[in-house]
Formats: sequence, C-alpha cells, structure tokens
Amino acid sequence: MERIGVFVCHCKLMAYIDNRTVVEAISKKPGVVHAAAYKDLCIAPGLEQVKDVIKNERLDGVLVTSCSPVLHKEVFRQAVTSAGLEDHQVQVVDIRSHNGIKENTERAIEVISSALDILKASLPPVHTRVPITKKVLVIGGGIAGIRASLDIADGGYQVILVERTHSIGGHMIQYSETFPTLDCPQCIETPLMTDTGQHDNITIYAYSEIEEVTGSIGKYKVRIRKKAAYVDWDKCNGCLMCTEKCPRRVLSEYERYLDLPKRQAHRRAIWVPHAQAVPMRPIIDREQCLHFTKGKCEVCVDTCPNKAIDFDQQDSFLEIEVGAIVVASGFDLMPKSAIKEYDLDPDILEGIEFERILCPAGPTAGKVIRPSDGREPKTVAFISCCGSRDPEHGVPYCSRVCCMYLVKMALLYMHAVHDGQTFIFYIDIRTTGKGYEEFVQRAVDEDHVLYIRGKASKIFRDGDKIVVWGSDTLTGKRIEVAVDLVVLGMAMLPSDGAKELADKLGIATDEHGFMMELHPKLRPLESSVPGIYLAGCCQGPKDIQDSVAQGGGAASKVLALFAQDEVILEEAVTS
Amino acid sequence: MKLSYYPGCTLKTKAKNAEDSAIASMEVLGIELAEIPRWNCCGTVYSFAGDEEVHQLAPIRNLIRVQETGSHKVVAICSFCFNTLKRANLLVKNNPAKMYTINTFMEEEPDYEGEVEVVHLLEVLRDDIGWESISEKVQLPLKGLKVAPYYGCTLLRPQDIAIDDVERPTIMGDLLKALGADVIDFPYNTECCGSYQVISNPDYVSQRVWDILSSALRKKADAIALSCPLCDFNLDHTQKEIIQKRSDFKGIPIFYFTQLLALALGLDPEVCRFELNHIDPRPLLESKELLRH
Repeated sequence: MERIGVFVCHCKLMAYIDNRTVVEAISKKPGVVHAAAYKDLCIAPGLEQVKDVIKNERLDGVLVTSCSPVLHKEVFRQAVTSAGLEDHQVQVVDIRSHNGIKENTERAIEVISSALDILKASLPPVHTRVPITKKVLVIGGGIAGIRASLDIADGGYQVILVERTHSIGGHMIQYSETFPTLDCPQCIETPLMTDTGQHDNITIYAYSEIEEVTGSIGKYKVRIRKKAAYVDWDKCNGCLMCTEKCPRRVLSEYERYLDLPKRQAHRRAIWVPHAQAVPMRPIIDREQCLHFTKGKCEVCVDTCPNKAIDFDQQDSFLEIEVGAIVVASGFDLMPKSAIKEYDLDPDILEGIEFERILCPAGPTAGKVIRPSDGREPKTVAFISCCGSRDPEHGVPYCSRVCCMYLVKMALLYMHAVHDGQTFIFYIDIRTTGKGYEEFVQRAVDEDHVLYIRGKASKIFRDGDKIVVWGSDTLTGKRIEVAVDLVVLGMAMLPSDGAKELADKLGIATDEHGFMMELHPKLRPLESSVPGIYLAGCCQGPKDIQDSVAQGGGAASKVLALFAQDEVILEEAVTS
Repeated sequence: MKLSYYPGCTLKTKAKNAEDSAIASMEVLGIELAEIPRWNCCGTVYSFAGDEEVHQLAPIRNLIRVQETGSHKVVAICSFCFNTLKRANLLVKNNPAKMYTINTFMEEEPDYEGEVEVVHLLEVLRDDIGWESISEKVQLPLKGLKVAPYYGCTLLRPQDIAIDDVERPTIMGDLLKALGADVIDFPYNTECCGSYQVISNPDYVSQRVWDILSSALRKKADAIALSCPLCDFNLDHTQKEIIQKRSDFKGIPIFYFTQLLALALGLDPEVCRFELNHIDPRPLLESKELLRH
C-alpha cells in the first residue's frame, strides 16, 4: 500500500491524547499521504468524511485510530468497502490509555506505527464458507433452557435439549410461589415443560451430560453421555408403581436432602423427582438400591408391568451435529457450611429448603413445619446476604434475587401461620424489578414482616430455640432474637461442573466461574465463541423474569443465524 | 528442643499459675521454654489504640531481645502479649517507612526488620508437638471433666494474626480432647470478656461475664479453660459479685489451659498453683478424682 490515510478519531474519551503530536509524527511515516484528527468519526457524517478522503486522495489503505475494534471495526469496514476498497485495506486500532498525556501520546504513536506495518502487510483474507446445520443444542432444562428450546422449536428448527437430572424444570419447579405475582411454578411452569416434552421439534435427553464438543459455528459435533438409569425408558410407561413399592427410602436431592419427621421428604431408591416430571421416567439410584448394594432385592422387577427394569444397563453415547449451542446450565446455592459463625442445625435452612416446606406440592403439602420436631414454627428469622456481598466468607457480588425471595417466603409463611412473627435481617433491600418494591411494601404493611437493618453475626441453637445475634444499624443497638426457624439467603454460584462444561465448549468464564458474555452491556447473550449463546444464571445471578427474557433472546440469536444458509469464516492473511 | 519464651508481666505475678504449669508441662513434652533476657512490657494491645510508632518501641524492643539470642521464633503464653508482639512484628514487616522510623529512633539498638516469628503456646502444642503425641503422654486423662474452651478476642483478632479459624476456632478444644476432657462448645466462646472496661465500667463487665458464664453453664460445662490473664481476671474475679447477686449461681472454676495440661500429664498439682485461682477448682477436680495428692 502506497497511499494510506490515517484518521485519528477523538471525542471526550480521547481528551488525554495530544492529537496534534500524533498526527505530526504519523504523517512522516512512509506510505502515509493523509493524516488528520477528526471528531466523532463513528457516526454517519464522520463516515462520509472518511469516504470523501478515500476518493479525493485515492487512498489504497485506511487506518482508523479510535476506541476498541471489537465494537467499531465493522462500522468502518462497511464505510471503507462501500468506497471501493477491500476488507484487508482497513485497520482499526485502539489507542485509549489511562496515563498522563505524554505517555498516552507516545503509546498512541507506537501503536499506530505497528498497526501501519500490519496494514501494509495485509493481503486479501481467505474466506471459508461453512453450511449451517440448522439444529441447535440447548444445555440445561431449567426455565431459561426451556424458553430457548420452545422459541427455537416454534421457529421451525430441531432442538436437542440435554438435561443432567432426570426431569426438566430446573430450580424453578422446586419453588413454592414466585414473586411478585405469587403464581406457583407447578401451575405456570408445567405447561411449558409439557410443551417442551411434546413438541415435534424438541428431543429431550434427560439424565444426560455433554461429553465432548468439537467444531465451530455452523457445524458443532457433540458427544452426549446418556447415563444408565437401569430402567428401559422405551418400555417404561411412567406408571410409577415401582417407585411406590421400592422398600428403600433415602433423603432426596430434589428435596434438598431435607430430613423431615416421618420421612416425609424421603424418596425411594427408584424414583422420579416429582409428580409433574418431564419425562415421567424413573431412575435407579445405584448407590442406594438394595439390588446393587446387597444383591438381593428385585421388588421393582416384579412390580413393573412392562419389564422395563434393566440392572445391566450401561451408560450409552450419542453423537449429534448442530449449528449452534445455547448454554443454560443454571446455578447452585453456596453451601450453608461456608459461613462458620452460623451453626449447622436442622432448623437452619437455606432458601430452597424452605421453598420445599412452603410448597403446596412439596413434601408437607404446604404445611409449615420445622425439621427438628415437626412443630409449626411461630417465629422465623430470614437472613439476607449470606455469602453474597461478603468477600470474607463468600463472594463480592450481589445475588440479586435473595431480597425478593426472602420477603416472598416471609409473606407466604405469614399467610400460612397467622399468629407467626417474621424478622428479616438485611443490609439493603434491592427491589429493582417491575412490581418488586410494591411487593415488599405489601409484605410490610399487610403481613407485618419486620425488617431489621443489620447483618446477623452469629446463629446458634439454645435449647428449643435458634438464637440470632445481629445489630439494628438504624438504632445502633445490638439485637438478639430467639426464633423457631432460620432461613438463610445463601449466595448463588455457577452450577456444579459449570467450569468443566465451559472448558469443553471452549468458552470463557469470569473470576467467579460464571460464563463470560462477549460484551457486558451490548452482547450479554453471546459467549466468547461464535455460535455459542448464554441464557439464565450460567451467566450471572438473575431472577425468573430475566432468565426467561435471556432464553428468548438467545433463541432469537439462533434464529437469526439459522436465517442464513452458510457462515463465512474469515482468516486474516499477511505477507 | 529450646524455644525463646516471652513471659510478660502478669505471668510473673497474678498469672504465675499459668507460667509454672506451662514451663513444667513443656519440659515433659521435650521443650525448654528459655526466657529471653532483659524483656520489658509488651505494650498490652492498648498500644495499638493510636497510630503512633512510639507505642511500638516496647514490643519491637522485645523482639530485638529475641533476635539477640540468635533465635527466630518466640513463644508467648499470655494472649495479650502474643497479640501485641505479633501485631507489632507485622506492622514493621508491612510498613517499611514505620520500620525505618522505629529503627532510627532506637539508635542504641540493632536494626529490626521483622525476622522473628511470634507464636502462641497453643500453636507450638498443635504444630510442633501435635495432638497425638500429647495424647500419648497423658498420664491422668481428664475423664468426665466437661470443659468449655473460651478464646476471647486476642488469639483470633485481627484476622491476620489469628492462630485458628476466626469464627469457629477449635485449637483449645482439640488440646482438651487430647487430654481426655469432654469439650463443650458454647456460643459465647469468642465474645469479648469486657477487657479493660473492668476498671472504668465494672457493672458492664459483670453483665458480659454473666452472659459468657451462663451460656457455658447452660451447655452443662463444669469449668472454663482460657489462655488470657485479663479474660481470667474478668471471668474468675468478677464471679464474687455475681455470686452475691444471684442466689442460683455458685461459681464455675476457670482454668488456664496450661493447668489442665500439667494435670493431665501427671505432674504434681503443686505446679498448677490452684491457690491463685479465685474460684477454687480443687473441689471439682476432687469430685472427678483428678487430684492426686
């Protein structure tokens, strides 16, 4: 290139660079026929100026120095190619830095000089055309994955939904009622689960995990491990007689291992998570099953009318090819043991445990009891920010939903126990969603939920009661309350195994293990790898509303991709 | 093995029972506590109330004394001394400017650069000897003695000098377990005893002490074990008034952990100097058949 134009763009972001010195230095470089500073080049009038200079100066190379090329390269590439140049004849380079003017200016000149060398050596890029396999893999069958699957399937494309547990529904289906409208997930999520299960375009692989992913946008090859359920799901008709007759009762992961009196929350060794599971197919827990541990029980075999029990079943593998992937792998709660000043006690619960106790479709059918003795708790303390906003014990970030679900549970508790008393210990009340603040006000005004502004410093059992120490920072007084039950708003973490999944996909994670979006504001749904999109809590803590919105958003990204027949992959070439 | 030992003022007077039992026990465990020469007052934590280098001269001077003996480690038994020495050491290590000021001011002393490691006796027992070895040397297991370990503040706060988990310490309980005692965990075990408030605000301290003692009593503790002479003063001495005020309270013995260590190692109870304890623990020990004459 012999006639290069250098456009030094500046706006207030660039106030810390001496443009005149930069232009002076760059105009002396060999091959540069035009160098000048411009204001706001990235808007239409600015782009017109660039095109005019290309024409008037007969430029064969354009270097724009500005903000990051991540957001600006495409804008300038389009303008320059519309003026008759080729893709490789334009470079955009980021010259922002945050030191003194002198250092910034020197650095800018260095960066621009290097970029000039790259521009001069650039040859037309090699383009590879990849036909798009118009099928999508959705990882995770929580509400975000369900929404994404349905939207893509309704758009007419095949969806393969892989879920690690043996039913879709995610955490949402475990909840009692959802804020701020108090509709129950067993009513509002189950239609979506059923739709997903019955949709012609959706294939669910439940009790399955992602084993390996290769390829790139348009053509990913994915190996899926279908874990052995020891039940032939094709023969099984979901009658669940086996789960009633199985003699082995154990604590249930779906019920958060709640140990309630009379083993109300126990499951059998052959089990489905709940009465509305999709698919409605049981698995045998090999660790607990008497056949596997003692080698003698065959009650399920005798019970099953379809001869579906298969103790010899092995994990099986499946290879699929998809054009895009939506990751919706969700969250887990930080374990209660992370906060050492709070005792581990059957009557100190985390959020989802108490959700199960409040849930009308839960193990107590919504009757509020406390695990230690089955009595109805008359006083309940809720503690927010357990592990969140607390770099000492947990994580520095806010988990976003605890303020709302704690007040929701306080309100539901008051609706169930009319002579009850609730305390919510809080740092700040964060109610930014639509209708959220009104919800909190309603709980305070109508249901007499008592807020205490201060963190609980210590929680321990004293006889029949759980004692909570805290402070009321509004009055500056120390507080001690003795209650029957304590509910902790534990921090939200990426789900177990999220990092391994991200590694298999080759996508970046942030310092807390959440999947990293391509741009924190402008590209929240795209991962660091083209063709892999993010939805729900795998990207960061969020409520149901936001998770659903992201599921739909990720679906629209996939549909936009599938509207094309091929992707053009560009490989830069230099001499 | 020989270890440099900093006693501090109280262990030579009111807390002689802590010192004598510690030195005798450590001898049985194969460690000679070698008192450093010419030591002075540690500064007693109070020196950290203000941001003034001049208050750090006392503790640093003690560390220089340790350095002069050719040792790089000093052990304290008093939690207050441990706290002050370790914090002063950290202060000079982390603040080159303050270290320079202190060294320049004490021009008659050799320069100090934070090379001495300050440890508490409990750490020596855990890290250098180990619970198992201690357990093997126990002659008189403290069977049936329900002891509640009380940590107070100075072993654990601030966090960067803590000898154990700040919020759920187990180190003293682990020792007592090794000695055969029944260890009672109680919620007030890291609450402040009231400290120096005992001088200006004795009623407040008396209330705090009652909170601590009654919490241990509700957990059915026979006695409390601790390592700090000021905690001991408050928890032990203040009981006289509480007994007068509360007809239902008969007192609860307070031990230095070193006294229980000496007892379990089969040493003559004389070294425990029980006569210095305000609430006499001997009737309790006799009732558990733990006092050999």
